[in-house]
Amino acid sequence: MKNIFKITYLTILLLTAMHQVKAEENIELLKTEWSFKGLFGKFDRGSLQRGYQVYTEVCASCHSMKYLSYRNLAEEGGPEFSIEQTKAIAASFEVTDGPNDDGEMFTRPAKLSDKFVAPYENIKAAQAANGGAYPPDMSVLAKARSGGVDYIYSVLLGYEDPPSGIILEDGVYYNKYMYGNNIKMSQPLYEGSVEYSDGTVATEEQMAKDVATFLMWTAEPHLESRHKMGFRAIIYLIILTILVYFSMKKVWSRIESEI
Amino acid sequence: MSDHEYTPKSKFGKWFNDRLPLLTLGNHLADYPTPKNLNYWWTFGGILTFCLITQIVTGLTLAMHYIAHADLAFESVEHIMRDVNYGWLIRYIHSNGASMFFLAVYIHIFRSLFYGSYKSPREIIWIIGIIIYLLMMAAAFMGYVLPWGQMSFWGATVITNLFSAIPFIGEGIVQWLWGGYSVDNPTLTRFFTLHYLIPFLILGLVVLHIWALHVPGNNNPIGIDIKKPSKDTVPFHPYIVIKDGFALLMFMIVFAFFVFYSPNILGHADNYIEANPMVTPAHIVPEWYLLPFYAILRSIPDKLMGVIAMLSAILILAALPWLDTSKIRSAVFRPLYKQFYWILVVDVIILGYVGAMPAEGLYLLVARVATAYYFVHFLIILPVLGFKEKTMPLPLSITEPVLGEPLSSSTIKKESLN
Repeated sequence: MKNIFKITYLTILLLTAMHQVKAEENIELLKTEWSFKGLFGKFDRGSLQRGYQVYTEVCASCHSMKYLSYRNLAEEGGPEFSIEQTKAIAASFEVTDGPNDDGEMFTRPAKLSDKFVAPYENIKAAQAANGGAYPPDMSVLAKARSGGVDYIYSVLLGYEDPPSGIILEDGVYYNKYMYGNNIKMSQPLYEGSVEYSDGTVATEEQMAKDVATFLMWTAEPHLESRHKMGFRAIIYLIILTILVYFSMKKVWSRIESEI
Repeated sequence: MSDHEYTPKSKFGKWFNDRLPLLTLGNHLADYPTPKNLNYWWTFGGILTFCLITQIVTGLTLAMHYIAHADLAFESVEHIMRDVNYGWLIRYIHSNGASMFFLAVYIHIFRSLFYGSYKSPREIIWIIGIIIYLLMMAAAFMGYVLPWGQMSFWGATVITNLFSAIPFIGEGIVQWLWGGYSVDNPTLTRFFTLHYLIPFLILGLVVLHIWALHVPGNNNPIGIDIKKPSKDTVPFHPYIVIKDGFALLMFMIVFAFFVFYSPNILGHADNYIEANPMVTPAHIVPEWYLLPFYAILRSIPDKLMGVIAMLSAILILAALPWLDTSKIRSAVFRPLYKQFYWILVVDVIILGYVGAMPAEGLYLLVARVATAYYFVHFLIILPVLGFKEKTMPLPLSITEPVLGEPLSSSTIKKESLN
């Protein structure tokens, strides 16, 4: 028994030692309170709606969101805009449809069932307009970066002047939290970049938090029902486990043996 | 198999059973005499059966919505996550289910190693188990490719490229596996086909695994042969059924925590980026359950030797019944083996850890030492230990005292945890 403790202790020591060597290379991400974390985590509806505003007014000029449809904005567990609001949002975008009976393509205002309109025709066009860098699709971005929303939040607030000695090429910016510290996106958020209709002050932190929350929802649109169902499922399993435990005790009491 | 003849009570039952003895089989399974001192490490067989069935059922459902095409696969997975009713639940059960399956199989294998369950007369059960484990790894690897994310694509590229290490014909084999000159649509469609096929092969082997088990019967924590049926055994139903059920529920609670509260923690963020043959991820890492073998692969500087070492690390397990020369099964009565066993457990955990880290500097050194120790354990320590080790006296039976000192099942349990 003593040996096991010794071995376990040494393993933990070794692994933490190695981990510390590694940790020195990484820099700590900025942290903020997220309402959707934890067992009962839910999205902050206001934050999601503001986040959509930041996305559509700032990010959407370069970043697509191809897996989302306008109808999603009205769905339960999301920003929950009213149907009328959502229809109005959709109608403010033009989509190409067709061919019609004459074989012609035509444009029309978007409907609830349409996917989010992308800023560029294709990836090449997006790269051409952004100095060769493709602005990644934002649908699942919050799950596609290690660090998740914390990483997105940090990058948005991580713009700095480069440390002396680092010379950046044209169109490249220095970001404390970006992998490799070089980013081709210029600082997107400045105080007052958007004007919130609900009276919230649009500080950089506030906008970064709202848009990161929005991106968490676009990446994980069923997060709320997942948390809700998870809690019920686990409570159910625990009760059933207790019942089965006592049944097992009863059954095994017929023979003299411990269990 | 069963010692007594079984006759169904009803007339129809008799008529049917004479033509297809399903009822006899059912009766055999229910009455199957099981050692009564089995501890909770023995419940993982049932848990694994549950995992297999869960993977098959959720997998079938996913296959109804998934599209195996390089241009559509990633999108179809997002469609499942967003628009299919409870698609997120089914996919998260399936993806976390793979991890749970491996967690359970590693416990199952290490239980076998501790209690010597692979020893005569259970060699065939053990070897079938190793084949199942190999097929599981193949199925899991191909399944990870299907979402067609960056890790899928590059993982597939790295692993299939291993075959190019074979002299002369390697390149040809790799192109044959790919169905082209790189990992692409033909690779995806064949991986999907095989990913669909393998679970049913595993299911068949599981039947053989259980069949082979029912010939000698279960091993047990003290590892001695027992008379069946006797006062040392209990019928499988209801005693073992309810105990397995209880353990399964505990397991499901852990499973549920992953599915509902951290469904992506065991995966890699890069796999939510659609596959892009032009961009290589910074670190290509396999899923956690393959990491120890990945570490062994990378610890050898030569590619071919690395592949051979990795495969040997798995295949060496098949030879285990003959490498372990000790006649005593359970580590409870083998004081030295018990210590080496725990060192091996730690060694494998270390291998898994360094497998996730870049192969350089300290990590590489640790990986090399741990790899060397892994082989030393099986090829040197185990064969020698059988001759050198002074084992403790075995009890005569589970219930009977040994050397005048009563051995209750509780002391066995305490012992076995040491």
